[in-house]
Amino acid sequence: MTGYVLRRLVFAAFVVVAVSMLIFAITSLLPANVAYLILGQFAPPEQVRALEIKLGLLDPIPVQYWRWASAAFVGDFGVSMLMDRPVAPMVGEAILRSAVLAGISFVFIAVVGVGLGVLAAVKRNGPVDHGVSVATYLGIAVPEFFWSIVVILLFAGYFRWLPASGYEPMDKGFWTWAHHIVAPVMTLVFAHLAHVSRLTRSSMLEAMQSPYVTAARAKGLPERTVVLRHALRNAMLPTITVLALDVGRLMGGIVVIETVFSYPGLGRLLVFSIQSRDLLTLQAGILLVAAVYALANLAADLLYAWLNPKIRYGRSVA
Amino acid sequence: MAAASPEQASRALRPARAGRKLPLQLVVGASIVCVILALALLAPLIAPHPWDTINVRARFLAPNATYWLGTDDYGRDVLSRLLVGARLSIFMGVTATAISLAVGIPIGLAAGFFKGRIDEILMRGADVLLSVPPILLGLLVLAVTPPALWKTAVAVGFVYIPPMARLTRSVTLALAEEDFIQAARARGESTAYILFREILPNAWPPLIVEGSLRVSYAILLAAALSFLGLGAQPPSSDWGLMISEARSFIDNAPWIALAPGFAMCLLVIGVNLVGDGLRETLDPRLRHRVAGKG
Repeated sequence: MTGYVLRRLVFAAFVVVAVSMLIFAITSLLPANVAYLILGQFAPPEQVRALEIKLGLLDPIPVQYWRWASAAFVGDFGVSMLMDRPVAPMVGEAILRSAVLAGISFVFIAVVGVGLGVLAAVKRNGPVDHGVSVATYLGIAVPEFFWSIVVILLFAGYFRWLPASGYEPMDKGFWTWAHHIVAPVMTLVFAHLAHVSRLTRSSMLEAMQSPYVTAARAKGLPERTVVLRHALRNAMLPTITVLALDVGRLMGGIVVIETVFSYPGLGRLLVFSIQSRDLLTLQAGILLVAAVYALANLAADLLYAWLNPKIRYGRSVA
Repeated sequence: MAAASPEQASRALRPARAGRKLPLQLVVGASIVCVILALALLAPLIAPHPWDTINVRARFLAPNATYWLGTDDYGRDVLSRLLVGARLSIFMGVTATAISLAVGIPIGLAAGFFKGRIDEILMRGADVLLSVPPILLGLLVLAVTPPALWKTAVAVGFVYIPPMARLTRSVTLALAEEDFIQAARARGESTAYILFREILPNAWPPLIVEGSLRVSYAILLAAALSFLGLGAQPPSSDWGLMISEARSFIDNAPWIALAPGFAMCLLVIGVNLVGDGLRETLDPRLRHRVAGKG
């Protein structure tokens, strides 16, 4: 198990480093001339050249990468040229707000999704089961941004229960904050619930037909115990992997949802930094997302290994 | 397993039956897709109004007899825009998927067949790309250049190369152990022959299924990128862009956003049904795998 954990750790670190190279390579191709961006379009060429030398923009790309990466390693992502603020705290604040949004949504997706999946499997072909099937198709077919339109239309437009967009910090009172976060959370949950419940359903169905469930029933255990302690525990294995992948999808979903609801998180910051060609913010933001995703995958692998005795007892698994 | 339950026995029999009768999903899905495809192809002929003509006096009309789906903020007919926009969505989905297949399949074949170091390098590369959420990878690629429709299609195709390569690799790994590949080797066939004439034809079923499902992911991702302003540009009637532009008028003129939204859902559901139906028909072994959205 220790060897396995170590290998996974090394691999996660490798992924983050490789992603940082990828990001840097792609963004160095950006046609926007940073020096002109700072000095304005009509700056005299000598000034531009001087600034380029000062910023090290004329150095070879690997040298520039090394400078950027070694600073980033100690948490210094430079100063955003457009907003004139250090990138690290700006991205940090944004990712915290995104984490709150994603965290709340994730809990709902996991709990409701697994719950619905179990219900659908246990009462196969019942109303919940059919509901889950229909919802799965909708969940796959309806893009997040369309969910957001529907939510806004219904809850902000028709019922007038929720604000259509915006964000209020917690210090303005819990209810003000909660009032503004319901709509984005609801959208994310709608958009991601379906396949968690569908996967739980199918792995539950498989588990319910397995010999150990028959054995547990034969022992005379109550159905509740059979379902929750025997079937669900085994059925959770694939679901955990999918939930980890969901963290990545949520990060992606957040880009759209935050833009729609004007939620000042990392997603909106990223879109804004692309539109305004704010390189340093873009690099830091995407690197952080990739790191979070790598960590989520790592956590899923470790949880999977911990729950799965075949791996826990040291049989090799690639 | 000791004894097969009746349930399992009937499950084992199902593929044979599925061979004779087309699954319902496939029929329904193919009908939806064909209708949308026909409408898209005939769009210039059947569109009731010009899709891009601004008519200030007809702004924000609710659906009525002249404008079946109403008009938008420039007085353009929503239905006509929808029909023309269908071409863009289909183009995006198909082009992006074609790119991911064209690049992903050779990579996967090479990784699965040669194994060893080549496999390691290619798959670690895929892992790296897979560890950036698709939409961010798309954003990153599109950030480099001014937005344009074809660039979005290329970016989306690029994003879906690693999953295609992975799937091809896993199919190839399994096939490479089969007797007929050993036989081909023993006959002294060239590597290219084995890869493209022996393995690939046998690997098609899961690849076609995956590819058809990827079309719907590609449509959705491309629409999301257009929605964020990184795909089709105004005055294009791309569905994602239409929804994005309609956001400001959602309170007073919801039909401008709802029409392309529902159209897209219908198209994606159709494509998904086709994918599931193909899975049912072509590859009974895969039937129990669940399609992830991604």
